[in-house]
Amino acid sequence: MKGTIPMASLSHPYADSLARRAAFSRTLSNALIVTRREVRDSFRDWRIMSPIFLLTLVFPLLANAMTDLFITFFEENGAEPLLPALLPLLPMIVGFFPVSISLVIALETFVGEKERLSLEPLLATPLTNTELYLGKSFAAMLPPLLASYIGIAIYVGGLVFGDTQWRPPLVLVVQILVLTTVQALVMVTGAVVISSQTTSTRAANLLASFIIIPMSMLVILESIIMVQPHRRYVLWFLALGLLVTVALLVRMGARLFNREELLGRSLDQLNLRWIGRTFMQQFRGPQLRRTTPGAWYRTSVMPAVRALARPATVTVLCAATAFAGGWLAADRWPLPLDRVAVDDATLVENLQAWFELGRSNPGLILAAIGQNLRALALATMLGVFTFGVLSLIVVMLPFGLLGYILAQVAAAGLDPLPFLAGIAPHGVVEIPAILLAGAAALRLGSIITHPPAEMPAGEAWVRALADTVKIGIALVLPLIALAGMLEVAVTPRIVELVLAR
Amino acid sequence: MIETHELTKRFGDFLAVDRISLTVQPGTIFAILGPNGAGKTTTIRMLTSILAPTSGWARVAGFDVVRQPTEVRARVGVLTEQHGLYQRMKAVEYLDFFAQLYHLPPALRRRRPLELLEHFGLADALDKRLGEFSKGMQQKLALARALLHDPAVLLLDEPTSAMDPQSARLVREAIRDLQRAERTIIITTHNLTEAQMLADRIGVIRHGRIIAAGTFSELAQRFVGPPLMELHVANGLNGLADALRDQVQLVEHGSGWLRYRTANPAEDNPAILRRLLGLGVEVITLSEVSRTLEDVYLQIVREDEGHDSHGEPEPSVR
Repeated sequence: MKGTIPMASLSHPYADSLARRAAFSRTLSNALIVTRREVRDSFRDWRIMSPIFLLTLVFPLLANAMTDLFITFFEENGAEPLLPALLPLLPMIVGFFPVSISLVIALETFVGEKERLSLEPLLATPLTNTELYLGKSFAAMLPPLLASYIGIAIYVGGLVFGDTQWRPPLVLVVQILVLTTVQALVMVTGAVVISSQTTSTRAANLLASFIIIPMSMLVILESIIMVQPHRRYVLWFLALGLLVTVALLVRMGARLFNREELLGRSLDQLNLRWIGRTFMQQFRGPQLRRTTPGAWYRTSVMPAVRALARPATVTVLCAATAFAGGWLAADRWPLPLDRVAVDDATLVENLQAWFELGRSNPGLILAAIGQNLRALALATMLGVFTFGVLSLIVVMLPFGLLGYILAQVAAAGLDPLPFLAGIAPHGVVEIPAILLAGAAALRLGSIITHPPAEMPAGEAWVRALADTVKIGIALVLPLIALAGMLEVAVTPRIVELVLAR
Repeated sequence: MIETHELTKRFGDFLAVDRISLTVQPGTIFAILGPNGAGKTTTIRMLTSILAPTSGWARVAGFDVVRQPTEVRARVGVLTEQHGLYQRMKAVEYLDFFAQLYHLPPALRRRRPLELLEHFGLADALDKRLGEFSKGMQQKLALARALLHDPAVLLLDEPTSAMDPQSARLVREAIRDLQRAERTIIITTHNLTEAQMLADRIGVIRHGRIIAAGTFSELAQRFVGPPLMELHVANGLNGLADALRDQVQLVEHGSGWLRYRTANPAEDNPAILRRLLGLGVEVITLSEVSRTLEDVYLQIVREDEGHDSHGEPEPSVR
């Protein structure tokens, strides 16, 4: 301890160096400073290094021995033809096991640091949120990925340089490397999202099941595809799908990984009262408690509809794509319509019976309404768990089917008017309802990936849920009800008139 | 320099910081005092651009905390309440990591950590992992981290809380050095003696509001009254005490002593001494009864509790 505090004599500490660096290289360079520290720290942690060492060096050698055993066993039992189908599972597992540790490291580097309170000094440095996010993501990914590549190299090396009979094809090895990499990306980007929403490693580990369960199912799916050599090309599509998931998770993680979210969140408690209040506030809109239905539509429902501009555009484009896809698919899988000889008189008779049934049984209207509502509710629920992707797919299905059927009709040279008459009267109301509900479900599912600025992701989601329910009650439900009535009471009559021309 | 205007932070329905306006000039130490949960840490986090204000604005070292967060953080040194060191690193590695993040030139990056470690008496612990450091050593290292890039503004949360008296004195001297070097310093602390020793100005924060601010003398004058003087005489007062009531506010007296308050000691004390000496009274001592920041602080909090429901925030603090 001596003298006065040493001063650094920096007149303008960082302005010059910050200005000199280009934005991208600066971001990367800063991120790598964080990465280097984290990786060094990981390498000093025996709890991380022990499994990596075992899975990198010992497990591939065990897998080599297993390969030999399998080959001998299959040969002895005359099942050699099965070997090319089954043996690729081993390098796949050799690659996947070390990568699975990336999840542990990701949870540790994000939540662990938050829990040990070492995050705040880091947040007080000039690092941007993106630099921190990238630096920590790289750090979580690099050691397990490196371990995985080394593990695969040891396994393949053991096969090539050993006396094992099986040599994995190059394309298979590349495929496994690609899958391993995207799986690591999915797990790390998913872990970042989880980390940003929790304050303890325990909570993060509990939430990690949201990653572990889908990843386990994915590995099972990959295994099923892997054992069918002629279908292995599907794995490339799977990798592509995982990359899309990564893009969504990165977008979500980059948005959630910010100082405000990381330090502002101090409890993992579920605040039902707050949720209820926020929901009702958004549902009611800016009006006071007592409001007229007209005012509610004007001040609360319509703004919610306007907020659907982008998801509605995406939904309409996807529906159009599905219609076109259905139309094109008709060429490849044609229906034998030309062999179906149904004369117009029979059709008219059937429709009359349908019409009478509807008139005598109002329950049919309820059934039509119920069916549509069930499908839309299912689409919304699926969308919540898949960033809106599955809700889009559910909405796209009827449009694809419509395109397919109309293409078949056109290809068979049939008069399209009766078919259009069977769709248009209620479709005019039903199709906008489906698109509206689909857009609301897409927004609800995807809003967590890009919540509005200055709003926590949880609040954005609750408000989007209120908007979805509001649109559902105020617009979709009445439209679907009207469509149901038209479908049962009017559409058959129109078709009948068209056929009876 | 630090300037804030109506700085406010809400977490949902909870108002953590409520319209704080203050200015801290370079070369000044401003102490923020307040009970736990009063909003001190949230204020510091907003001044470090870690949390964004809900409303109001703040400029730190000339930069806006919302629009120029990177510039702000490059010029602020923060000692956080929890030091959060990386337990598996060594001190030099740790400081080097932060030196890289602050983009210190290479020569300085090599020199500066060693200088600071030596200054804070940590040179002997270079080979130890930080997990082996005592709490006091960890706090000194965290302070070294905050000073690493020689920031223009320092925000220090409980800077000596875990230290032994010798280390605490060393740190206080370091803070005074920085003050002399025209750094702008805010400290938040529960150690009122330390705050009284170090701070040029003091702000008391409660329920997110600054309920009182000023120099110690100003606060003491306002909340516990004018300075209290105690006079001891050799031969007894002999009814003289009542005669002094026309000059000062007499508080209490005994046969050979009395206590009085005066808003203007510089004028009143010499006048009283002249009068007593003129009357032949032999004065033994005349001294000010010590008023501590603790007395002042408790009185401020007590008064604020009294009008909790309709209290207005303290006007801008200069």
